[in-house]
Amino acid sequence: MRSRLATLGVALAALALATPAAAERVIASVSNHRVQVSSSFTGEELVLFGSIEHTPNDPERRGGYDLIATVSGPRQNLETFRRDRVLGIWVNVDSRVFDNVPAYLAVLANRPLDMITNGETLRRLQLGLANVVLLQRAAVTIADSSLDDPFRLNFLKLRQKQQLYREATNGITFLTPTLYRATIPLPAESPTGDYEVDVRLFADGAPIARTTSAFEVYKTGIEQVVTSAARDHSFVYGLTTAMMALLTGWLASIVFRRD
Amino acid sequence: MQIYLPIADLPVNIFVILAIGLAVGFISGMFGIGGGFLMTPLLIFLGVTPAVAVASVTGHIAASSMSGAASYWRRNAVDVALVFMLLAGGLVGTVVGVWLFTLLRSLGHLDLTIGLSYVVLLCVVGALMVTESLRAIIRSRQGKPVELRRPGSHTWFHGLPFKVRFKRSRIYVSAIPVWAIGFIIGFVGAVMGIGGGFLLVPMLIYLLRVPTATVIGTSMVLTLVTMASATVLHAVTNHLVDALLALLLMVGGVIGAQFGARAGARISGEWLRLLLGLLVLAVGIRFALNLVLTPDELYFLRPLEGGQ
Repeated sequence: MRSRLATLGVALAALALATPAAAERVIASVSNHRVQVSSSFTGEELVLFGSIEHTPNDPERRGGYDLIATVSGPRQNLETFRRDRVLGIWVNVDSRVFDNVPAYLAVLANRPLDMITNGETLRRLQLGLANVVLLQRAAVTIADSSLDDPFRLNFLKLRQKQQLYREATNGITFLTPTLYRATIPLPAESPTGDYEVDVRLFADGAPIARTTSAFEVYKTGIEQVVTSAARDHSFVYGLTTAMMALLTGWLASIVFRRD
Repeated sequence: MQIYLPIADLPVNIFVILAIGLAVGFISGMFGIGGGFLMTPLLIFLGVTPAVAVASVTGHIAASSMSGAASYWRRNAVDVALVFMLLAGGLVGTVVGVWLFTLLRSLGHLDLTIGLSYVVLLCVVGALMVTESLRAIIRSRQGKPVELRRPGSHTWFHGLPFKVRFKRSRIYVSAIPVWAIGFIIGFVGAVMGIGGGFLLVPMLIYLLRVPTATVIGTSMVLTLVTMASATVLHAVTNHLVDALLALLLMVGGVIGAQFGARAGARISGEWLRLLLGLLVLAVGIRFALNLVLTPDELYFLRPLEGGQ
């Protein structure tokens, strides 16, 4: 842990020294900052777009620019179970809690991450699903387990299967050498809350600029009314649901009455 | 047509939910059971989390029991005294069940316990019902009279004290087995999240010798009371009742229950019991396979409360 902190310190210092040399700026925005979840919500696609600003004084970038955008949703605690056969039946034998991990995570780039920069930089900046830090809790200890831990790998696999985590290395398109566009796919199961978009600009394998944007996914209309009633007025809500059930049943018996 | 469920946080096809409500409602009307043991697994299969499924299904069961109970009430086929007596035991059973539920959850063995109890309970009850009804069918085929109430065949608990006469059902039994049955139903309902009608009906028939005329109406009124209160309890304790999901299930359920009740009236008692027995057995075997067969994924995820 200490050596990791030291590496981080050195890296940060290097970054601080390196940044002033490059004057490029990256600008980013999303097409919709407030995504509404109504009763007809079946998912949505947001457009992330922006440009790279540079001046004639900037050093010449022979390799062109590269972008990696990370979209992370609200934080969540998720328990991961491992099943195994005990006496012929499948039982949960082991579990880990992933603490405060993003409920939604999308990594978008204009080409494969390992072609943009080296593995060391990707790990340091936590870019890509393989490098993102996911804190695990087993019983009482909290630890950031190694990147090839089976719980971590299966966690990422399951989240990708649910389409809540994704990595698209062709997700960002350059319309001109300095103008880009990307699509952020939000599946219907996307949790409500605040989402952050972190866009990093690379040139010749080095991170040279960064910007952030944000959007919010929130419930509206009847969805919002039901959710807040269930939470804030639970007794009245429960009573109403029960009365609704009795009324529905009684009405049906009247409507279908044969005698 | 897709609709987004606010508490389940999930878009579903409105017609799929209505169809499930209709189908389970038909079965519940036909056999006089709540159908929770069918509905909850179906919703989980659709992607609703088990907790939301169990909590929302209680509303649906209350509705379909109400629709059935109202019809039986008009036909004067409900034994109110028996309902109250069963409720007395049921209340205690629910409290003990909730206590065990909490204990098992803290020990981390709740899922396995629920799975195993489904298998044991459904397989045993299903097998018993199938063999009993087959015997009755064979007996009637051989021309012997079908007789559910064998006057001479008193079991040991007919000798127990605190005898009560239930006029509507024309039975005279000790209050102790009635309380015990109520306790078991309440306990099982709290631990497994089911109304327990599929247990209650055979217990009333075989143990208490309640006549077929009042057994279903009585069971429905009991289910109605327990499930309506369970809806309120679930809403208050864990805020997991999805009113929209419950409403969709109810609308399908009450319509299905009416048709089911009519279909049930046309089938003779022992065939009805055979069908229900086979259904219960099939669900039990399905749960057993779930425990034994190698799952698609060896890992699975579950959100924890309080993640911000």
